[in-house]
Amino acid sequence: MNESSPTPLLDLRGVGQSYPAAESGVRVKILEDINLAVHEGEIVAILGRSGCGKSTLLRIMCGLIEPSAGTVLYRGTPVTGPAAGISMVFQSFALFPWLTVLQNVTLGLEARGVEEGERNRRADEVIEMIGLSGYESAYPKELSGGMRQRVGFARALVVDPDVLLMDEAFSALDVPTAESLRADLLDLWSERLIPTQAIVMVSHSIEEALFLADRVLVFDSNPGRVKDEVRVTLKHPRDRESASFRALVERIYGIMTTAAAGSAGGAVHGGRVGLAYRLPEVSVAQVSGVLEQLDQSGDHGGAELSELAEEMHLDLDTLFAIVEALELLGLAHVAERRIRMTRVGKVFVDGDQQQRRRIFAEHLVRRVPLVAHILRVLDERPQRRAPEERFLRELEDRLSEQESERVLSVVIQWARYAELLDYDYDAGVLSMGSPDVQQGA
Amino acid sequence: MPHVRLDAPVRAARALFGAPNRWDLVAIPLVLGLLFVLSWGTRQMAVPYHLGEALPLSLDPRHLPYYALRTTLRMVAAMVLSLLFTFTYATFAAKSRRAEALLIPILDVLQSVPILGFLSITVVGFIHLFHGSLLGPEAAAVFAIFTSQAWNMAFSFYHSLKMVPKDLSQAAHLFRLSSWQRFWKLEVPFALPSLVWNAMMSASGGWFFVVASEAISVAGHHIFLPGVGSYIALAIEHKDLTAIGYAIAAMFVVIFLYDQLLFRPLVAWSERFRFEALASDTPSESWVLTLLRRAVVMRRVARIPALIRRRLVPVLPRRAESAPLVLLRHFIRREERLLTRLWRYGLIIAVSALSIGFARYVTAAVSYREIGDVFLYGAATAARVVVLVALASLIWVPVGVWVGERPRVARAVQPLAQFLAAFPANLLFPLAVMGIVHYHLNVQIWLSPLMILGTQWYILFNVIAGASLLPGDLREIARNLGLGRWQRWRRLILPAIFPSFVTGGLTAFGGAWNASVVAEVVNWGNTQLTATGLGAYIAQQTAAGDHPRVALGIVVMSLYVLVFNRFVWRPLHRYAEERFSLGG
Repeated sequence: MNESSPTPLLDLRGVGQSYPAAESGVRVKILEDINLAVHEGEIVAILGRSGCGKSTLLRIMCGLIEPSAGTVLYRGTPVTGPAAGISMVFQSFALFPWLTVLQNVTLGLEARGVEEGERNRRADEVIEMIGLSGYESAYPKELSGGMRQRVGFARALVVDPDVLLMDEAFSALDVPTAESLRADLLDLWSERLIPTQAIVMVSHSIEEALFLADRVLVFDSNPGRVKDEVRVTLKHPRDRESASFRALVERIYGIMTTAAAGSAGGAVHGGRVGLAYRLPEVSVAQVSGVLEQLDQSGDHGGAELSELAEEMHLDLDTLFAIVEALELLGLAHVAERRIRMTRVGKVFVDGDQQQRRRIFAEHLVRRVPLVAHILRVLDERPQRRAPEERFLRELEDRLSEQESERVLSVVIQWARYAELLDYDYDAGVLSMGSPDVQQGA
Repeated sequence: MPHVRLDAPVRAARALFGAPNRWDLVAIPLVLGLLFVLSWGTRQMAVPYHLGEALPLSLDPRHLPYYALRTTLRMVAAMVLSLLFTFTYATFAAKSRRAEALLIPILDVLQSVPILGFLSITVVGFIHLFHGSLLGPEAAAVFAIFTSQAWNMAFSFYHSLKMVPKDLSQAAHLFRLSSWQRFWKLEVPFALPSLVWNAMMSASGGWFFVVASEAISVAGHHIFLPGVGSYIALAIEHKDLTAIGYAIAAMFVVIFLYDQLLFRPLVAWSERFRFEALASDTPSESWVLTLLRRAVVMRRVARIPALIRRRLVPVLPRRAESAPLVLLRHFIRREERLLTRLWRYGLIIAVSALSIGFARYVTAAVSYREIGDVFLYGAATAARVVVLVALASLIWVPVGVWVGERPRVARAVQPLAQFLAAFPANLLFPLAVMGIVHYHLNVQIWLSPLMILGTQWYILFNVIAGASLLPGDLREIARNLGLGRWQRWRRLILPAIFPSFVTGGLTAFGGAWNASVVAEVVNWGNTQLTATGLGAYIAQQTAAGDHPRVALGIVVMSLYVLVFNRFVWRPLHRYAEERFSLGG
């Protein structure tokens, strides 16, 4: 029935987003060729690891950011700025701390010049519906996280939006709070108590996406694009423990662990990555933690990713960041939803501190070109020291300033553990680590 | 019958404002009294006046309350102007990148210009502007106070505007707030806590300048504006020590009231706009604010502006973008690079033209040799300022740490330190002169402490604030590890208070330069003590009415301050932020 409606509510055509790299001005792509039609009556979830540009996409949909390619059509007309029928709920709530609950909720109405009596009447309705009655005169800081996000929902719903966007709306909440808020939202939605025609949500929880959505789009990262789509036909309320639900979870893990053809951002398969590869923000402790877990409870050093995530309480972003680091360093290998330690990974886990350090250093030099490059440059210098700007500028040919700094800080953190590099924070100078562990750089 | 007639308006008023409660009994007279005093005093500021006319001024202490009122009104006027300036200038700078490139450096330079130096120049302009009215000299005095506050406040507001959290800004955009709504609902509230705090600090500096700018000499004429500053100047002329005592007492009362009635309530009120509440902050309290908040009638009255606006807003037309404006914006966006380059060249040309014009103006009257001398005077004053700030730090850092580590003492001492910073130290100068003359002390050395007299307190209360924020767990671990006294200072206390110390030191430093204009030449009756320095040079040329030399003195002093700020304080500040901020 939904698909029969002629014009989609929201129609993204070839949307792409990129920004110029800090030094060279080369365009760095965040999103590439996104085609998506959102129809009346459906909840669409966008799922992907961090860095896939999903939050950016949401902001493009509501007109906060102008895409650098393609167009967004809302009811057939191009979106050029914030549109009246599209509303958003923020991960951080984004409430104005100096306004009361009522004032926060009526903000959008006030901006439209709705007169006060009408404003308060509509706000009262929504506040009642969303379960905030009695809190109208409270300031946000007096409320718990869950209640704050309810204000966020009330503020978004009071303007009677056709399309409701949710940017990880539940991820700042604790588990039971998020659970009850999701259930309440679903009730409002399925009983048609809110005028909203469609919901687009961004999430980094597979279960959350499957719990709410009719359609789940799995995104690839660097640059972000649609990798695959999963339709969810289970009836609400969905039982997470049911076999069909679990099967869908596994299917999404499967999609996320399959490398898309020609993708640089999928799983790293042994092949070399570029100098300006956007290294995942992962600590050495996380890497060894996961390896130890695989060693102890895994089945011959391997495990289902979904099990691993559950056992170690990892959210999707963290899980995939660690997995990426493990693959990058050649310590583990991922295929078909399963992760398995490599032989080197096993040696790493079994080794003592000294051996672990040595293996880590060896693989860092061999498999992360940036590390090898830094060592080479330092080696050519008489003092074996170089200012960090030397390398930042190189990275900025390909990345933004902020991203360059992040990547370099990950390299420094890893190389310090490996005793390959030393870094003087005050002076911002990189130098060679202690000589006995230096590998043939 | 008359009973009914009397009753009707009362009932109408009750319907509108509600029945008064016991809080109203205090609040209503307080507010009405303030309104009356303000309007009466303001009318006195615009009486007719011609240059050369003597304004009646008497040393009779019975007139002091009136003088104090006039002085306060100048402060209020300057504060209002500073706020207007802040809201326009800083907003413009924050919103337009091109404007920013010009306005922020200007602000930076203006901040280093000695305020008292160009008073004699501005007063002439204002007298011409408000010809035949006392408003001319009044405006000059207000302008002097304005210049001591506005730059600081504008900077604070500009920085806040730049730091508005991204998600709030996006929410405002998403819910389609107009720029006007965005300004008042998002930007001003977000900036408010630091703006109020800055305004309070600036106002405390302002008392010094209001006292110094009330007694002005223009082209050989002495103008004594009715006020505490003129009262002091007269007392100095008459060598009347009792009158000085009265003036000091009056100043104490005025600053106390100004603080209690204006800034305490404002600070306490602005608390609710604080974006993230730090756990260590104790909420500010103000009895005046509590009073106003609890008084029923006052609450209703406070709602009147909102009521009026509500009636008005639907009537006002909503602004639509006109076609030419859209086209213009489109053009600007397309030719961004070209325009930026043109703008930059234009700026360079304008700045060079101004510099050349100024150089010709000065060199026409002053020889190169003298210009060299002026730089040497500057070095003398710089030496004084540096030594004094160092000495003051040696004294006040240990004291401030001692106080800051004892919360109960800090609560008592902190307001006192703030109060002392506000107290215009120039009131105490005559006492110093008498001491120096009596004991035949070296003028070059003993006049110097006057420069830091008023501004040393900034070091003290910033250090107190820094030390009281020292996390309890760090102090506990220091005791647990058994750190010795010196280790404790070196490893814990000095790094922890360093950022606040830099803030205090910078303020004290700038203040001392400003004060040098009045501190290097001091009078007591016919006795005049002069120390060699740039401040004395400016003061003497001002008295002589030699404008090119005054301008030269001001520029040289601004240069010294700029160089110190750029090459000493700013690096220190950055270092402190990076290395020693407790945020982690």
